[in-house]
Amino acid sequence: MTSWTSATLGYEGSWFLWTIIDILLIAFPLMLSVAMIIYADRKIWASMALRRGPNVVGPFGLLQSFADGLKVFLQETIIPSAANKVLFLLAPIITFTVALIVWAVVPFDERAALANINVGLLYVLAASSLGVYGIILAGWSSNSKYPFYSAIRAAAQMVSYEVAIGFVLISIVLWSGSFNLTNIVEAQRGMGFGLINGFFINPLLFPMAVVFFISSLAETQRAPFDLTEAESELVAGYQTEYSSMSFALYWLGEYANVILMCTLNATLFWGGYLPPLDIPILYAVPGILWLFAKMLVFFFLFSWVKATVPRYRYDQLMRLGWKVFLPLSLFWVFLVSGYLMLTRVGVGG
Amino acid sequence: MIQAIAFYLFATLVIASAALTITARNPVHAVLWLILAFFNAAGLMVLVGAEFIAMLLVIVYVGAVAVLFLFVVMMLNVDFSELRSGFVRYAGIGALLAVGLAAEIMVAFGAWSAGKIELARRAAPTPETVPNIEALGMLLYTRYLFVFEGAGLVLLVAMIGAIVLTHRERKGSRQQNVARQNARRPQDATRNTRPTIGAGVEL
Repeated sequence: MTSWTSATLGYEGSWFLWTIIDILLIAFPLMLSVAMIIYADRKIWASMALRRGPNVVGPFGLLQSFADGLKVFLQETIIPSAANKVLFLLAPIITFTVALIVWAVVPFDERAALANINVGLLYVLAASSLGVYGIILAGWSSNSKYPFYSAIRAAAQMVSYEVAIGFVLISIVLWSGSFNLTNIVEAQRGMGFGLINGFFINPLLFPMAVVFFISSLAETQRAPFDLTEAESELVAGYQTEYSSMSFALYWLGEYANVILMCTLNATLFWGGYLPPLDIPILYAVPGILWLFAKMLVFFFLFSWVKATVPRYRYDQLMRLGWKVFLPLSLFWVFLVSGYLMLTRVGVGG
Repeated sequence: MIQAIAFYLFATLVIASAALTITARNPVHAVLWLILAFFNAAGLMVLVGAEFIAMLLVIVYVGAVAVLFLFVVMMLNVDFSELRSGFVRYAGIGALLAVGLAAEIMVAFGAWSAGKIELARRAAPTPETVPNIEALGMLLYTRYLFVFEGAGLVLLVAMIGAIVLTHRERKGSRQQNVARQNARRPQDATRNTRPTIGAGVEL
């Protein structure tokens, strides 16, 4: 089929067409899984709180998210008269777009990544650092107190935890010798005794896996770090003035980011698309299913944390980021690079 | 073809957003245009094959520096018309600076194309076999190690300086002592009493 399109459209036209098709192949399933994962999230909290959760729309309430989406779609978009209208409408679009673009570099299988670029990990960092703009702009353009407080909190929080995440990623890059996400996954093959796939089994990298998991909770503003949307203090945080589709875009973007962080946890430390054990028969299952399964496990952990852990105070949040995670991960970079210098000198990897 | 379209797209957007940065009336809009300019500059760098620099530009400038800019501008409520009032007074100096910079660029390019300064080394070729991030690392950590570490040291001193200059002990603000908070147990903080009716409790 590729040859047919390149014959009719020329190389560039064909490349363009296939890239668009690939983007749709990622975006549509992603949106579907966002809808289902919101349902899963609500069901998990419900069962932890001994409630039933959504159970009316469709069998077992499976269609709840779609019903919510339809409801939100039919609502009126209210723009506060004092708001900066262009930025007010632009902010949710930025959040949503940024949540989608990171998926370009995620490897779904050995050769299945939309853009298998050399600087994949840096691209992830760059794109996730853009996410803060959607929130800041919402806070400022709403021209309202609570959203602005929330935006300040969000920016400080995301910038702080990105520092720790950066150092965690450096230890991974040092170990795998590459910024390319596919290479990072391949470096995890047979990490533990030639049998277990994943950096987590490495005692030098396991603490970083924990730090990364907690930082990814903070980066996505999930509980216990959901101070930006702390409803007892800030109404609904930066989303307070939003309604209808502009609100829905935040909602979708937030969950797309959560799924992304779960996938990154799986990809960077738990073997990504590789099966958990390096046994030939397990490779019969396609890699994307392994990745999906790992992503779901992490999502369950995210929900579990949200359902059980009380919210942090703001000073505790900052203390954890700057006084615990930053020194710890910085020290770990020394430790990992020192170990690699001792064991791999001259290998050039 | 696609490269050409992308180049002209990015280049036009860089120039347009840079111009709008200067002319925008609202300071927050100005910073946002600046961010757009950074972003498109990163796109241009990807086009010439410097993807590492492009990503650093986005991470450092767009992701961190510009966020702080934006915050300062949002919170300070800068009045731009006041800033603009000095425009005519400083226009001459500004023009002089611009001419100086242009001259410097011309001299630099003249020297660059004049040659005879180690032709093999003056270009910064991206080796075909090595991704440019590795090529950069190879140079930074070997030939330019001391310069690189010197730059790191300067940044460290600047950071410490900034902390020393802005840090102040605030009297009268309550400090959180996390170790003490964690060491606190219910039996230290609460007391179970059974007062007789009407006797009250001593607090």
